[in-house]
Amino acid sequence: MIRFKVNGKEQTFDGDPDMPLLWYLRDVAQLTGTKFGCGMALCGACTVHQNGAAIRSCITPMKEVGGSEITTIEGIAPMHPVQKAWMEIRVPQCGYCQTGQIMQAIALLKENKSPSDQDIDTAMAGNLCRCGTYQRIRAAIHQAAGQTA
Amino acid sequence: MTLIENASRRGFLEGALATGAFVLSVRLVPKPLWAEGEPPAPALQPGLWMSIAPDGSITIIAHRTEMGNGIRTSLPIVLADELGAEWNRVKVEQALGDPKYGDQETDTSHSVRDFFDLMRQTGAAGRLMLLRAAATQWGVAPAECDTGEPHFVLHRPSGRKLGFGELAESAAKQPVPHREELKFNPPSAWRYIGKENHHLYDLPDMVVGRARYGIDQSVPGMVYAAIERPAVLGASVKSHDNKEALKVPGVKQTVVIETFKPPHGHQPMGGVAVIADNTWAAFQGRKKLKVEWDNGSHVGYNSEQFRKTLAETARKPGNVIRNIGDVESAFAKGGNIIEAEYFTPHLTHASMEPPVAVVDVRDGKAYCWVPTQDPQQVQKTLADLLGIKPEDVICHVTLLGGGFGRKSFQDFVAEAAVLSQRLAKPVKAVWNREDDIRFGYYHPSAAMYMKAALGSDGKPVAWLQRSVFQGSNSTTDGEVLYAGQDEMDNGWTDVPFDLPNHRAESGPARANVRIGWLRSVTNIFHAFAVQSFADELANAAGKDPVQYQMELIGAPRKIDFFGTKYQNYGASLDQYPYDTARLRRVIEIAAEESGWGEHPPGRGRALGFAAHRSFLTYVATVVEVEVDSRGQVHIPHVWTAVDAGTVVSPDNVRYQFEGAAVFGTSLALFGEITATNGVIDQSNFHNYQITRMNRAPRHVDVHIVKSEAPPAGVGEPGLPPFAPALCNAVFAATGKRVRELPLSKTKLV
Repeated sequence: MIRFKVNGKEQTFDGDPDMPLLWYLRDVAQLTGTKFGCGMALCGACTVHQNGAAIRSCITPMKEVGGSEITTIEGIAPMHPVQKAWMEIRVPQCGYCQTGQIMQAIALLKENKSPSDQDIDTAMAGNLCRCGTYQRIRAAIHQAAGQTA
Repeated sequence: MTLIENASRRGFLEGALATGAFVLSVRLVPKPLWAEGEPPAPALQPGLWMSIAPDGSITIIAHRTEMGNGIRTSLPIVLADELGAEWNRVKVEQALGDPKYGDQETDTSHSVRDFFDLMRQTGAAGRLMLLRAAATQWGVAPAECDTGEPHFVLHRPSGRKLGFGELAESAAKQPVPHREELKFNPPSAWRYIGKENHHLYDLPDMVVGRARYGIDQSVPGMVYAAIERPAVLGASVKSHDNKEALKVPGVKQTVVIETFKPPHGHQPMGGVAVIADNTWAAFQGRKKLKVEWDNGSHVGYNSEQFRKTLAETARKPGNVIRNIGDVESAFAKGGNIIEAEYFTPHLTHASMEPPVAVVDVRDGKAYCWVPTQDPQQVQKTLADLLGIKPEDVICHVTLLGGGFGRKSFQDFVAEAAVLSQRLAKPVKAVWNREDDIRFGYYHPSAAMYMKAALGSDGKPVAWLQRSVFQGSNSTTDGEVLYAGQDEMDNGWTDVPFDLPNHRAESGPARANVRIGWLRSVTNIFHAFAVQSFADELANAAGKDPVQYQMELIGAPRKIDFFGTKYQNYGASLDQYPYDTARLRRVIEIAAEESGWGEHPPGRGRALGFAAHRSFLTYVATVVEVEVDSRGQVHIPHVWTAVDAGTVVSPDNVRYQFEGAAVFGTSLALFGEITATNGVIDQSNFHNYQITRMNRAPRHVDVHIVKSEAPPAGVGEPGLPPFAPALCNAVFAATGKRVRELPLSKTKLV
């Protein structure tokens, strides 16, 4: 039995311990805001927080989740400054990768209150967007940094 | 278990709108996408495009697919604007697949173009009915009434007003006006069209994770399927061993799916499905399957060899699709003859959301919840496959996590339908990324041969262009050798240069993989060849590429396509002529904004230029590159000027062109799908790379030309000029001419 928290609530899991957290969140917990993109930690669509740090839930097996606190996009109280900046800069096109982008950006700003363009590029390079919203993501992170500073 | 909100709703009238007092629609006469000539004029008829509830809330139907194109905003807001409604009181409801809405195939960048007038007519009809209802209530002349204040009808002489909600019931009793009675707001009175005061309708849901895509759908009793498909197109299952698969916890059974009978069209590829009670178990079970395949003829497909065949074909005379003067006698006179061969590989869409479908076949009907670009094609495909009527296929369209043309093909829905029918249960068939990359409907690989003779002034006296690629008609028609007219008209028939001797040809190519449409389709390689060659000629003539292009285009004119079968993206040439004045204008703007000519190239840094009209929209792009000491290409800045006629949402136009620059970077720098013995070599984002933030253009400036011309496309036209502009910049920076994509094939240092 694996015990952990998701968005502040105690949870248990006694299924396949190798099941990635992503599929637990989506198929078992019905938290579908976290997306499947590649299954190999190549695209970042599945980004969630484990004890506050950004992780790729698609390669994180449930056995490594025990005892930790998981936060998904559903656990971020709207409107977080990052979400607000995403709205104001109108970042999303199709929107599919954006929950992962937002979770990555929140984790970045927690560690670095005023990231440079270079810092943003480095932190966000693992999050793919096929619609090509990178320019707006960068602008929105700068804007959110201004608001959280 | 999350239930689908409107799963039980058969149609719009029986749903939320039935509770509204006022339901109105324009009935559309469906027209084929590539219909020649004018579509029949639509007639206003009672139906179901919008409703106003007694509380004043308005529901507007979005009948086309949202995939980042912004269409759930752009068309409803046109209706709302003409109606005189307050946009923030509008709820957008997605239509089911149904021919009564007219065309729902969301591709070819034509949603706004084809439905702008109809949305205005519906809005204007609604407004007139509200005015008449208010006038009747007040006992005044309708002409004294207006909708100056949004969501209210005002009686000008007395200052009395009534809200839309208060009028809903009586307005519904008004006869639907004739088209001739309708009065439209002049552009100066538009409150939303062309303005910056609205964002994507679904934006608030997207940033909190509430937006629901195809992969987020579920219905009670649903099982999950992962399918092992034949690696070689057309192969079928000889035998399979499922013993180990069935041992995986959560796996219930396996089901063999028959391979399609050619042509493959939208049919399932075939294979073995593993059925499980969650996605992960299905994926795991699938890995344990042992399948033996009967490979067909496509096992002989090898990209490198095929590339040579394409190039050889391109050197031989082909079918003439446009001919002016006599290129052969002009070439025979000699002069400065320049030849070049270009090649571009297969590409795949790689939308962030892989294909996925939830289908429930029961009681002679098929209920679908799918991220499709074409719900009516889902209806047709499933009707054929299941032996039921198209109207018994109830297709709910979800948000799409990207489409780019892949989700215009319904094989992924067909698979889920076959499984659901067989299992008598709702099935969710989930594709992983490897499936998405390996089982695509690929952008064709293409070889282009170009030849020109330059006169003493450096201008071509003769120009020959030959294009060879697998047509997407191979997907629907089977063994065809020549691409359809529509694909030749994507940037090949319509080269806009004013040349005394000019011939465009196409050559034969056989398809060995499924060929489909990818954002801007054959414009990608046609623009690459034409705009690269124009740059080569400019250099051969010792002229500035922008100036030279202007000379090639010649004096402003409307191009005469006499003697060709040019289809002009299904639009009439009267309404949407190819107007070279508009092309020249975007070139001038892009050159001016980028400071073209002011920055002499140096230290690996330079500008490159290309211009192209596609989907009836004129685009010029200047790309700045910086090639570092390792030969890696960086893109500090992109300037694009676009004339798309009337623009509904300027910010959405900027989105599409910013995005096209990134999509263009992906295909120019990395994009390549290859096959070895019929098997696709790439599988995920490590070997089919798409641009990451650190390689994307740092700044993309989009200049939208103000225009009252009829609206044209915006989703695709940004893409074609990008790769040639980039490669022309690389030439200016390094002296290395790129004749093959991706750019990684050319050593720059």
